[in-house]
Amino acid sequence: MASDVIVTHASLGQRKGFLAKWFTRPEFNSSTRRGIISFVVALVLWELGSKSGAWFGVDVPVIGAVPAPDTVIAAWIKLIGDPGYWQSWLQSVIRVAIGFSAATIVAVPFGLALSSNPNVRSFAFPVFELLRPIPPLAWVPASIIFWPTQELSIDFVIFLGGFYTIVLNVLGGADSIDPRLIQAARSMGASPWNIFRRIVLPAVLPSIGVGMEVGIGITWEVVVAAEMISGGGGASSSGGGLGFLIWNSYIGGAYPNIIVGMISIGIAGYLSSALVRLCVHRLTPWLKRS
Amino acid sequence: MMLAASPTRRGALEIADAVKIYDPQGARIPALDHCSLSIPAGEICMIVGPSGCGKTTLLNAIAGFHGLEGGAIYLDGEMLCGPERAVAPIDCSRVVVFQNGALFPWKTNLENVAFGPIVQKRLSRAEAHDKARRLMVDAGLGGYENKYPGELSSGLQRRVEIVRALMNDPAVLLLDEPYRALDALSKSVMHEALLQTYYRTGVTIFFITHDLEEAVFLGHQVVVMTSRPCRPKKIFEIDIPHPRDYGVLTSRRFRELAAAVSACVNEEAVKALALGEKEG
Amino acid sequence: MTTNISQEKPGGELELRGVSKSYGPPHLATGVIRDCSFVAEANKFTVMIGPSGAGKSTLVRLIAGYEKPSAGEIFVDGRPVTGPGPDRLVVFQESALFPWMTTKENIVYGPRAQGEVRRESDALAAALLEKVGLTAFCGRYPSQLSGGMQRRAELARALINRPRVMILDEPFRGLDAMTKKLMLEYYARLSEELPRTNLFITTDIDEAIFLADRLLVMSHIPTNVRAAIDVDLAKPRNLDAIFRDDRANAIKREALSLLHEESMKAYAGGSKAAADFIEAYRRRVSTPEADIIS
Repeated sequence: MASDVIVTHASLGQRKGFLAKWFTRPEFNSSTRRGIISFVVALVLWELGSKSGAWFGVDVPVIGAVPAPDTVIAAWIKLIGDPGYWQSWLQSVIRVAIGFSAATIVAVPFGLALSSNPNVRSFAFPVFELLRPIPPLAWVPASIIFWPTQELSIDFVIFLGGFYTIVLNVLGGADSIDPRLIQAARSMGASPWNIFRRIVLPAVLPSIGVGMEVGIGITWEVVVAAEMISGGGGASSSGGGLGFLIWNSYIGGAYPNIIVGMISIGIAGYLSSALVRLCVHRLTPWLKRS
Repeated sequence: MMLAASPTRRGALEIADAVKIYDPQGARIPALDHCSLSIPAGEICMIVGPSGCGKTTLLNAIAGFHGLEGGAIYLDGEMLCGPERAVAPIDCSRVVVFQNGALFPWKTNLENVAFGPIVQKRLSRAEAHDKARRLMVDAGLGGYENKYPGELSSGLQRRVEIVRALMNDPAVLLLDEPYRALDALSKSVMHEALLQTYYRTGVTIFFITHDLEEAVFLGHQVVVMTSRPCRPKKIFEIDIPHPRDYGVLTSRRFRELAAAVSACVNEEAVKALALGEKEG
Repeated sequence: MTTNISQEKPGGELELRGVSKSYGPPHLATGVIRDCSFVAEANKFTVMIGPSGAGKSTLVRLIAGYEKPSAGEIFVDGRPVTGPGPDRLVVFQESALFPWMTTKENIVYGPRAQGEVRRESDALAAALLEKVGLTAFCGRYPSQLSGGMQRRAELARALINRPRVMILDEPFRGLDAMTKKLMLEYYARLSEELPRTNLFITTDIDEAIFLADRLLVMSHIPTNVRAAIDVDLAKPRNLDAIFRDDRANAIKREALSLLHEESMKAYAGGSKAAADFIEAYRRRVSTPEADIIS
């Protein structure tokens, strides 16, 4: 009936008005809107390309082989119910935690020693610089030979990932401490230990923070690759992890799971970076944030 | 007044009822509010006033970096910019020297100075370099031609920039706090060098500064601007004869004028502070 | 140990004898300071003024003990200076407050580092915070303070150590005119209340004459004392009214002509063309009798 149609139209209009109002809220300023639009466009292109192998009639060579978003989501939902998936998460996270913590604990004192002591610097820095260009992953076979367990050998490689970055940042930070601050402290009669504890350490903290924020990203890269290379190992105590999940999915032909694995690692990496950033922010309350 | 003998003294600036409104996201902020000012050709006009009141906006309008919402600015009778955001093309009739140095660090000083005419294809490379060399020697910068800006002190860099500006034979030289970063003694040397250049070329100078003594020392007139929106509050005629040198600084007339300008600026600054507090 | 900071030990006498400093290998040495000698009298305000260049800052570093002179000696109350110490504290133009400590933590740093009793140093800090007007800001970080407030905090941080000699190296440069004026008057008042020996470096002649009991005009590099002028104007002085006085103006004129010469030398900096330019300019300048105009 006409009145029904009118009512429907009216309520549709209301709903449209509501949506329109929601999308023009101040949070959705032009750059956010553009970000959302580009994301949606990417998804649409992905879907179109995967399903038909072509974009709007233009044949694109590779994209037809990529699993489509809907299959990926379906595979993901299935994996969420699989405890093995969450075990992979746990294994990767534990490795990152161990490797990264070890890297930080060793790198910070080492970097400080390099900066403050010219002898340490002339002895240790050349060796450090010679070893640094060797990618952590190149250490995998050597690591497997030298370390007693496979897990330790993976952890060592992961340790290296974060270690070099943190050392360089700590060194840079320590070298660029404003010398007038140390002079002021000396003038006021502070002992060298006091100067180290109350001046040098806090001055270097922001650089340690930067090193950690970059280092955690590198650590994740190394974890994933190390897991792929070293294989599953069978037993759940070693091997496994999200990197292995990707590799295994490839071998086993479950291609959508590859994408699931990739996205999972992306999320894990983002969350750990955010966590590190949060810790760093807590430790450096005096730094102005924009 | 010793000025270069030129048949037609160019560089008379007329600012007529200028209005400029900034409109970021709908908040219409008036920067220039019916600002009117008359600067005779070949004079040094010093602009002072509280921070953020719109002096730089006025300078930018004269330079041609943006237009006006109302009123117009004329140079020797021709309109530089007017309503409906009409802007005359940026040519060399007015050149700006900024506060923070805009010399290209990868070019030598000579190349920097010669840059304008070469890039505008008004002079050949050889001609430009010749002229640049001459101007630099006149300004006491001989010997620095093949050095890089980074090798010079700030004061000397400012000198090079001014010479670069003068290469274009501008009618008006626009200076936006060029000596702000210098200490008092370097500044006094720069002042004398600037006056030397002025006495030789007779260019009109439009100079924004926070340093009131600098204003009274250099200027023929000192214009105190109101706090935002910007409009001339009071114009002081500095009747100390040119040529001037540092001896002027201890004269009674100088002190009187400096004190008067200072009182006027403080009045405005207090108002600006109160305004800031209300907004904040 | 008392919390009444007015009952301070008076300031010490600072003496430099034939101090020279050069950098670089012997055959290529650049002399920054040459044969500089002067005495900064106890509890008096000595102001050094001269063109910018490394000279004055190097002198500050030598007096503070961060570097050793190449020749000559520095004495405080007759005892030679061998290194940094709480008897000579410096306040620089750029803030050297510890960014990760609050205002209060900065101020008590000296006493704490020397092992003084916590309660006493806290009380002293509170008194000084009151004196510099920063009590409400004691928990803020330096980055949250304005330029003028940072200066005051640094002054407090130095003063709590009761230094014999306070060295201030262009501390108010870079502040806007109004803040600078306030800080100058403020520090002059503070020095009246808490007398000590002040060595103040500046390039601003008005500032110098306002503060000084004695004015040292420094030469261009290699730095030494060009002239020493006694500023025998009555204290307390008024920054607005000071130059209505003939004596103040005479001092200013005398200092300015010397400074002008040295500044021009600094500007020329060895370039022959620049030196010629200066010579040419000097010839056409009128004599400084312009104060006949009234």
